[in-house]
Amino acid sequence: MKFIELKNVNKIYKNGVTALADVSVEIDKGEFVFVIGLTASGKSTFIKMLYREEKPTKGTVMVGGLNVGKLRNGRVFKLRRKIGIVFQDFKLLPKLTVFENVAFALECVGLKDKEIRPKVLNALERVGLKDKVRSFPGELSGGEQQRVCIARAIVNEPKLLVCDEPTGNLDPDTSKEIMKVIEGINRDLGTTIIMATHDRDIVNRMKKRVLLIDHGVLAGDYAKGSYKTHEGV
Amino acid sequence: MRKEVIRHMRAFRIFVRSIRDAFKSVFRNFSLSFASIMCTTITLILVSVALICAVNIENATKSIEDELNIVVYLAKDVTEEEINNIESDIKSQKNVEEVTFKSKAEWKMEMSEYDDTFETVLNYLDENPLMDSLIVKVKEVKHLIDTAEYIKTISKVDTVKYGEGMVDTLVSAFDIVEKVVVVVVIALVIVTAFLISNTIKLTIFSRRSAIEIMRLVGASNTTIKLPFIIEGFIIGIIGAIIPICITIYGYVILYSTLNGHFFSNMIVLIKPYNFVFWVSLVLVVIGAIVGMLGSLKAVRKYLKI
Repeated sequence: MKFIELKNVNKIYKNGVTALADVSVEIDKGEFVFVIGLTASGKSTFIKMLYREEKPTKGTVMVGGLNVGKLRNGRVFKLRRKIGIVFQDFKLLPKLTVFENVAFALECVGLKDKEIRPKVLNALERVGLKDKVRSFPGELSGGEQQRVCIARAIVNEPKLLVCDEPTGNLDPDTSKEIMKVIEGINRDLGTTIIMATHDRDIVNRMKKRVLLIDHGVLAGDYAKGSYKTHEGV
Repeated sequence: MRKEVIRHMRAFRIFVRSIRDAFKSVFRNFSLSFASIMCTTITLILVSVALICAVNIENATKSIEDELNIVVYLAKDVTEEEINNIESDIKSQKNVEEVTFKSKAEWKMEMSEYDDTFETVLNYLDENPLMDSLIVKVKEVKHLIDTAEYIKTISKVDTVKYGEGMVDTLVSAFDIVEKVVVVVVIALVIVTAFLISNTIKLTIFSRRSAIEIMRLVGASNTTIKLPFIIEGFIIGIIGAIIPICITIYGYVILYSTLNGHFFSNMIVLIKPYNFVFWVSLVLVVIGAIVGMLGSLKAVRKYLKI
């Protein structure tokens, strides 16, 4: 069985809007996949389905052997512990320091303080923020905040990193740095990465597998490097 | 086995952290906590007053009920055997708790002690004009009249006395008062739960992003709920402090000013010690439980997707 399997997934919201129609896709362990599409194309729904912020109306979503759609509300944490999530708006707690924000993810799982410290410092080193440990999110730039968010996502050593437009709020240079960090995680740790974006430069430059979603339909599945901007969006 | 141990250790650490976080957040969001605490305080004071009333009424009812007896006067020509029969007949009634025999000689003694005139008159007569009697204690005063009516039908029973009229009104009045007080206490507790839950909802509203992030990084629902429940517990207990002081000092002062009874000697107040401590304990327990339930109700809303 593949690491991630979507079979005939449909999502119809309560207001009648069809966000996804009959999407089937398989993703292997260690892959780096871009999900692209216009605003309101359904790519956000696709991403949210992976960490069960949304449930499929029809079809099955399997992530690491868990049937995501069938997961009860009280069991969602089992899935979330296997996944790291990076958000466009960072979702950091403003009253906690950088260290505490990253440690938060491990405290929730119930690790010892002694175990937490090295893991957090390790994750912060990977994203290049070891010297900002005591800063508060408000004192950091956008790029730095995003790196804290990435550190928090990988501190638990997840098999899958889901990124929902991580560069959406950042300038091109900062975006490049963030992408370097994410690519490094994929290369060094073997973490599977699924990233929604509408930044064509990044997609063109990185030459990875690309899923194109258009009006809720999987309009294209381009293997590594075969995607060219003029073909799609 | 080792896995089990690790799991328990983790759960324990989460519990300890929850207590720490709960204390932190009570004091960090003190203005909102203060609102919850005040609202607990006010309602618990009302609960305390209602509770003290209820228990005192209950107590007074019992002591008055204890004094209510049916006196059965037996016919003049009754034999000893018949007395035994009547006694066992009355005893077989469900509502009857105790039957004691009081002979006419005993009545004579009692009345003589009561008044000299009686003594003179009674001694003047050759024969004791009084009647043998049975004093019947009932279990439930509510059914006293029915029991009395039944006893009237037994042969060789001359008259039955039970303070007709007075008993009726007294019993029904106590019944109503008791019911009203119970309803008031329950209503107050429910209102407190709602108020606390609402104020805590406000506190939680300001922390909903923290809850969302906890969910996203893989905290179980229990882990998320725990600090809030403990917070509600703390708020409930802090909120009970002032009502407890008022209960203890208030009741002791009330008791000593009223000299231990209310209006008439018939309604005797309960002695303040240990009664006030029991009431205090009840207040703490109500505060803690209602606080926990209130915050549980409030946090639940944010744990759905």
